[in-house]
Amino acid sequence: MLAQEMTSEVVASSGWFLEHAWVIPIIPAVAFVLIIFFGKKLPMKGSELGVFSMLASLVFAGGAAWQWIQRVNSVVDVAHEAVAEGAHHAAPFVAPVIQEWTWWQSGGFHFGIGQHIDGLALTLLVVVAFISSLVQIYSLEYLRGDRRYTHFFAALTLFSAGMLCMVLAPNMVQLILGWEIMGLCSFMLIGHWWEEEANSRAALKAFFTVRVGDMGLLIGTAILFFSANSWTQENLGVSGFNISGLSAWAMSGEASSSALTWGAVALFIACIGKSGQFPLHTWLPDAMAGPTPVSSLLHSSTMVVAGVFLVARVYPVFWEGMKIGDTNINFIVLIGGITIVIAALLAFVQHDIKKVLAYSTVSQLGYMMMGLGAGAWLPAVFHIFTHAFFKACLFLSAGSVSHSGSHHSFDMKKDMGGLAKKMPITATTWIISTLALAGVFPLAGFFSKDEIIDNVGYGGYNAFMIVGLSGAFLTAAYMTRATYLTFFGKARGAAAGEHHDEHDAHADAHDSHDAHAAHDAHDSHDAHGADHGPHESPKLITVPLMILAALALVAGLSNATPFGESWERFKKYVEPSAEYVAIESHMATGPGEAIIVPQQNTTAEGGESKYDEGCAVVAPEAGMACYFPTVKHAPFKWSKAALSLIIVAFGLISSWMFCVQYYTRRNKRLVGLTERSKVLRGGYTFLWNKYYLDALYEKVIVRSIAHPIAAAAAWVNQNILDGIVNGVGKVSRRVAGWVYRNIDQRVVDGAVNGSGAAARGTGGALRPVQSGKVNQYGALLFAAAAIGALILVIINT
Amino acid sequence: MVAADLLVAQNVGFGIISLLMVVSALRVVTVNNVVHAALWLVVVLSGAAAQYLLLSAEFVAITQVLVYVGAVMVLFLFGTMLTRARIGAESDLNNKNWALGIPVALLMLGVMTYVIIDGFGSERLIENPGDMEPIPVQVISDDIFGPYLLPFWALSFVLLVAVIGAIVLARKD
Amino acid sequence: MLTAQFLLLGAVLFCIGVYGVLARKNAVMVLMSIELILNSVNINLLAFSVRHGSVDGNTFALYVIAIAAAEVGVGLAMVLLIYRNRRTIALDDLSEMKG
Repeated sequence: MLAQEMTSEVVASSGWFLEHAWVIPIIPAVAFVLIIFFGKKLPMKGSELGVFSMLASLVFAGGAAWQWIQRVNSVVDVAHEAVAEGAHHAAPFVAPVIQEWTWWQSGGFHFGIGQHIDGLALTLLVVVAFISSLVQIYSLEYLRGDRRYTHFFAALTLFSAGMLCMVLAPNMVQLILGWEIMGLCSFMLIGHWWEEEANSRAALKAFFTVRVGDMGLLIGTAILFFSANSWTQENLGVSGFNISGLSAWAMSGEASSSALTWGAVALFIACIGKSGQFPLHTWLPDAMAGPTPVSSLLHSSTMVVAGVFLVARVYPVFWEGMKIGDTNINFIVLIGGITIVIAALLAFVQHDIKKVLAYSTVSQLGYMMMGLGAGAWLPAVFHIFTHAFFKACLFLSAGSVSHSGSHHSFDMKKDMGGLAKKMPITATTWIISTLALAGVFPLAGFFSKDEIIDNVGYGGYNAFMIVGLSGAFLTAAYMTRATYLTFFGKARGAAAGEHHDEHDAHADAHDSHDAHAAHDAHDSHDAHGADHGPHESPKLITVPLMILAALALVAGLSNATPFGESWERFKKYVEPSAEYVAIESHMATGPGEAIIVPQQNTTAEGGESKYDEGCAVVAPEAGMACYFPTVKHAPFKWSKAALSLIIVAFGLISSWMFCVQYYTRRNKRLVGLTERSKVLRGGYTFLWNKYYLDALYEKVIVRSIAHPIAAAAAWVNQNILDGIVNGVGKVSRRVAGWVYRNIDQRVVDGAVNGSGAAARGTGGALRPVQSGKVNQYGALLFAAAAIGALILVIINT
Repeated sequence: MVAADLLVAQNVGFGIISLLMVVSALRVVTVNNVVHAALWLVVVLSGAAAQYLLLSAEFVAITQVLVYVGAVMVLFLFGTMLTRARIGAESDLNNKNWALGIPVALLMLGVMTYVIIDGFGSERLIENPGDMEPIPVQVISDDIFGPYLLPFWALSFVLLVAVIGAIVLARKD
Repeated sequence: MLTAQFLLLGAVLFCIGVYGVLARKNAVMVLMSIELILNSVNINLLAFSVRHGSVDGNTFALYVIAIAAAEVGVGLAMVLLIYRNRRTIALDDLSEMKG
């Protein structure tokens, strides 16, 4: 009790950056407008505005993160004193900094806009601002001389604004706003070189596929709003869109479980679309048609994690809705697990270096989803953090290779090989990131991916732990293959200096001369470089690479579980507390302060057995609320880590040996194996055609929806209407024939004329239905409405 | 029901105006002269304005007179005159199968009448007729620019689009 | 005054309007019938506004009037265009389907 009195007096520290975090997305949004209107007149064609705005956002996000750390410390230190007195062990509740203003209202509904700053939001804010800054700097060189240079930077800046807006959304409406801005910008950026038809098709495919999922977002938000609104209004004084309100509602034990389940399923469908999960992952590899910086920013480290972020953001809804707490297989973990394996397998048969990375991204997103689905919240979020660095680095390295090494080709088999000597910096950063991605100790991927696998197993999902381990093996193997093909072995095609024929043939193959011109403009700057063959990229490209590679080396240390609790800083500052919180202390008081910063409050007398009680297990009493479920954390064991390290090492070495044998020595037993063995050939064809999912979507599903509507209309016309008319005619003609043959010719004329008249009469009677006359359609409409109403009246009385 | 509660004056007024409106409306859809139909429509719309007054909606009634009886009717007469040089009775204002409308309309009327009588029966519009006070314009404006601001914006946009669309459509080029 | 009497008046006007839309051939007459329908809706809105003691019905009646004005404007512009192209505004003759 003493501890409670003490802690209730603690006022969590705050700060200017924390209170004004909403400025972060405003900066790039303003920059976007400026670039669009004035960009072309500026000395650097508007790119300086983009870079500057992202750097400013980064500074603000960094400041906010620093103050958040102060804030957590200010609460935790007091709590530690309490721990010393033996009061409780659970992490104390650090209130998020929430501010919300009315954006617009309609009827009785108020839609807010503002900020919801906690560890998760800040992690993403810093990552997004950081990666965006580096990518924009990289693009200064990569897109130099591009014909839509200014527009590219405008779209990139708006994209960052959308992502930042989504990340700090305090309610679902703002989240949807940011989500959709990102969708629009990804369309613009993937189709940046839209003169080539393949690019615009890829842009459309990405847009439509994601939109299929977006329906889920709208439906899920609506379901949750209508079931949560009255509870949140009554208990917290916020609307049912509010994210912390939704979390508290989901954990309150008073929520309808079917509403939670269906809301969670609908929201997860949106995540499947956005985060490229099976079976809607097909758009992501195609999206590689965009410029490489776009792939690096959107389709590896920021936009595609939006789905993962959404699950992490309203985690209590998924936790309760999907019953993550018990160890039954749920929707999220299942989709995540499937995605890991199928995407990793696909990465083996790609020739395009960026597509290998794209499938790798899909597979890694599968890890994050699987982690979230199995209750491993923190490792999944940590994996977002580390993955952003090394995957962005890999993509930018691939861009660097194509920019300076392979003459704008991304084909590993044709135009690369042996580049390690010619591009040492690019090769080094690539290899560091590859090892980080594979999860080699002590690089970033080890600490996050291994934690996911470990926690999935600890959470009781043993089958999925095996999936995770095999995924780790596959990751190591396909990345080794890509590394070998790109940087080692014999130089081929453009990498060996024979570029122009290849490129021209390639460009001429497309009808669009504009595209060719665009690429020529794009190429002009390194005409001399092309003459000299592959060379290292300029500083604007290599410096971001080095920064990212350095982070890929050390980022994992920010939550190095193996080294003890004092190394788990990420956990301390990011993971929300599963404490019961008194509601009264932070009821709404007015606009701009939807939830005021509450006092830190703890009542749980948690002992050692903290997983047996707490928010996930026992619903909060009246007047208390939970904002996060009690998640388990697997204790680190070197034996388990050693197992996965051995698997990874096995993947790296076996794949390396295979590559040497296959690609360089052309080992007779291996080369052509897919032609000789039926099983292998079948498997290869199956993979090469991407499990036939595209064919399924385009040929079967689209056709089965678009075709039947047309076909049904035609069929009704042909068979029913015409059929009736013709049938009547035929029958009458037969009758006429029968009459003609049987009753001789005495009544022939009369009978034939009669049957003809019958046929014409029937046809004429049915014909007006399809007259094309507005009045008759209107009559049918109103009559149908009246009859419908009549039926309703009869049913209801 | 006590006779005193019946508000004889209002009810008599309602009856007369309703009768006038229904008859005029029937004339609108039956006369063979477009201009006459438009003039009968004026009677219906003015009657509607009177009904709004009975319902103590003064502002809406005034708007009805200004916008409908004033602007919209002028528009109709313009439209008539621009498309038909001849002003007078015409024989073919109706469709060939105009009779189709009668059963449909009667069916709808039957269903709606049943529903209304079943649902509201002899329910009073307002418990104490003395409470019916005209709604001040200020209250309406608070409503429009408060909770229903968004529909108002949407409506403004629709009007703008309609203006542009009408110009584009009707322009000779 | 009863609620039902206003609603019945609205219903009668609505059905007359529907009949007009269905039976009339002249496009201008169809537009007039639509005006009848919109007015019947307004009567209902105002009746319910009084019944619930709320001002929302008035607001929406005003919105309906504004929408009706826009609709007549665009509708008549279309009629003019059709007349200019085909020298007729009889809806029957606009059908291009060989029914």
